[in-house]
Amino acid sequence: MTDTTETPALAMQTGLLAELQDRFRRSAEYVVIPILALIVSGVLFSIFLLALGKSPADFFALVWRGGFGTSFSWQNTLVRSAPLIFTALCVAIPARLGLVIIGGEGALVLGGFAAAAIAVPMIDWAPVFVLLPVMVVAAIAAGGIWIGAVGALRHYRGVNETIASLLMFYIAVSVLNFFVEGLLRDPSDPNKPSTRPIGSENMIGVIPGTDVHWGLIVGVLLCVLLYLVMNRTTFGFAAQIAGGNLRAAQAQGLPVGKLMVVACAIAGACAGLAGFFEVAAIHGKANASLIAGYGFTGILVSFLARHNPLVIVPVAIFLGGIAASGGLVQRRMDLPDATVLVLQGLLFIVILVSETFYGRLSFFKPKGDR
Amino acid sequence: MSVAEKLEPAPRAIGVETVGMTKIFGSLTALDDVSIRVKPGSFHALLGENGAGKSTLVKCMMGFYQPTRGDMLVDCKVVDVPNPKAAHAIGIGMVYQHFTLVPSLTAAENLVIARTDTPSVIDWKKERAGLNTFLETTPFKVPLDIPVSGLSAGEKQKLEILKQLYLDQRFLILDEPTSVLTPDEADEVLGLLRGMTEAGELTILMISHKFREVTAYADDVTVLRRGKVVGGGRVADLSVQDMSRMMIGETEIRESAARVAQPERKLKLELAGLFADDDEELPAIEAISLKIHEGEILGIAGVSGNGQSELIEVLSGQRPLRDGRLFIDKKPYEPERDQMDRFKVFGFSEEPLRNVAVPRMSVAENMAFRTFDKAPISPFRGWLSPHPMRKRARELISSYRVKTPSTEEPIENLSGGNVQRAILARELSGNVDVLIVANPCFGLDFASVAEIRGQIMDQRNKGAAILLVSEDLDEILELADTVAVMSEGRITYQSPMARTDRATIGHAMAGHH
Repeated sequence: MTDTTETPALAMQTGLLAELQDRFRRSAEYVVIPILALIVSGVLFSIFLLALGKSPADFFALVWRGGFGTSFSWQNTLVRSAPLIFTALCVAIPARLGLVIIGGEGALVLGGFAAAAIAVPMIDWAPVFVLLPVMVVAAIAAGGIWIGAVGALRHYRGVNETIASLLMFYIAVSVLNFFVEGLLRDPSDPNKPSTRPIGSENMIGVIPGTDVHWGLIVGVLLCVLLYLVMNRTTFGFAAQIAGGNLRAAQAQGLPVGKLMVVACAIAGACAGLAGFFEVAAIHGKANASLIAGYGFTGILVSFLARHNPLVIVPVAIFLGGIAASGGLVQRRMDLPDATVLVLQGLLFIVILVSETFYGRLSFFKPKGDR
Repeated sequence: MSVAEKLEPAPRAIGVETVGMTKIFGSLTALDDVSIRVKPGSFHALLGENGAGKSTLVKCMMGFYQPTRGDMLVDCKVVDVPNPKAAHAIGIGMVYQHFTLVPSLTAAENLVIARTDTPSVIDWKKERAGLNTFLETTPFKVPLDIPVSGLSAGEKQKLEILKQLYLDQRFLILDEPTSVLTPDEADEVLGLLRGMTEAGELTILMISHKFREVTAYADDVTVLRRGKVVGGGRVADLSVQDMSRMMIGETEIRESAARVAQPERKLKLELAGLFADDDEELPAIEAISLKIHEGEILGIAGVSGNGQSELIEVLSGQRPLRDGRLFIDKKPYEPERDQMDRFKVFGFSEEPLRNVAVPRMSVAENMAFRTFDKAPISPFRGWLSPHPMRKRARELISSYRVKTPSTEEPIENLSGGNVQRAILARELSGNVDVLIVANPCFGLDFASVAEIRGQIMDQRNKGAAILLVSEDLDEILELADTVAVMSEGRITYQSPMARTDRATIGHAMAGHH
């Protein structure tokens, strides 16, 4: 019962046009709302700075300089972005199934630890092209099992995945501490309890001409890959059904439990990879430096990117830049390092609030629906 | 201003008029130059098929939507209704198809919290006195002190109306107010409302599908079709045939499909001793054993809440079995995707947005739930290609006459009948061997109902084994070859349709057997 009395071909054409318009309108919403949220957070943070008697203009100028102003600050930013990309994926993939995983930090820590630990007995004899792949597999497996277990707990026992993943972060930290302060502690390092270094000859190098390690490139490729997985595969489609309406997914006979566990395992593997790169490209060993908060900032990145893997890359660079500017802000404005954390926190709250505006702003509604 | 003061002079009914109301959604004109006039103190019925624009019209009147063009007049003065609050302020209230009461609160609490001027600290003694004074002014009687969850459907609907009166609304829009009521309850509620309009206290605009209610209670009627006013006038001057012709236009309502005799009756689906628990882990269904043959519709009748929904959930994989087995063609069957495909098991149910669709996903995506992992949408394992998905959706949209602005529209934006049609297109467009259906026509208008029942009968005639659970006894009587009655989680009665009648089934439903 179509309303149109035109020829079928014409009706088809107008249908296609409406489809295109619809898609455009929806994508516009996804750009404008986050930008508005950024502006609102900036204003709120300015009020915070003014209350402290500091100039917001100076602050934002410094963030710009410290994060993006020079080639040095760019490199600093990109080095910090790499782990954020991985940990953001750890949030974004389960989010498609309606799961809120906030324990990516735990998978990162454990992934990094597993990579370093498995390397210990191999350092003396294994060539680098054996050692690094083994470390990668260990990191992926550790992270994957860790968050995969959260998914399994959720599906089979009904345990809330948000709480479970957060609590498992503390377990991961304890596991790391237990081993680096005991069994796997490197006796030659008197300062900080660490595993034995994998040796500079085994470390992952930097992208030529920069100080940025290859993790960034891997992260970007992984985002593209997972974007395709979530949007162009039957797995991603099934995950979307299960995330949108569990009952509908069950009625279609979809293996909901398996989907949840697999999505969580993929997520954990991403965070585990972040840990691998922190060990193999930055620290050279596993110690408490792995607990740097990348997993938690990754939550912010994913929400800001609306859990879209492709958008994660620019957002991770943006937040990496803010983090990179912390030192400069501290030195120049006599503000504590944690100031940028206040900005991050504000951003997160405003982003969460802005989520509630999707589909509500008449500006983006179909024509005539205003 | 206390409630008593507000109601002291009997509220005078107001008249509402729309002039040239037009509403355009994207490429869809939902309302086209609609002018209707509801006189003060009249009972006005709004008739129309699914997607005719009835809901859009009342949503414009209530301020949920802003019309693209056109005005609204209240007592002959142009008013601006930017939001529902403004509508309430004018005295226009709406009673929805589904209840909006808080189940855990009592009727009195529901009424008091509904007010916009409820104080932070409620003086219950004073409120109670106010409520009693108010109740004396209305013919509706509802127990005030038990939680709403303990009220019957009829009492809940009366309370919804009471709430609008308590809020001093003098123009009530009722959206299919009787779809959740038994015929007796419906007559009582509509009779009381009719009395209030005759007394000049209230004006009513009622969306309905039931001609019986329109002819018995309404003064005037307006008929919408495809967003336009196609007729109307005094109900007394119109016959049911006149009204239905206006509603349907040139479209043929499909005849109820003839029942083709099925000589060879091979056993298809067998339910063997099914037990399952409800959400509180109490037994919900016990020892359900049924056999359904090819080309047979087995209808399960029963009063709502006797385990029917749990049975459907078990059969569609939404609830685990505690004990018992399912067989198709004498082979064990579990409701998992590969087996659903192998045995060609399909199904649909009431409230598709809650049960079998993903509201936020597009029409095209929702239509692809059964086919997304098969060619051509998935040309090779694991890959998904959106173009064949949209192409197939376009074909289904036209062959099942789903009204949607585009294939990319989130399915939640479609009207109820169109959502159900989209689901029907998904589930019935292939070969169907087993069909599991629950209350498929719940809340839909009669053209959709005829359509859906016809499709079910077609599938039966093509040889599908069909299990139909319905709370609508007429539906069972029309469709079923064999009838079973479910009471307290058990099958308490079963008979071929030819050897039973409405009274016997009704008795079994009430628990006498």
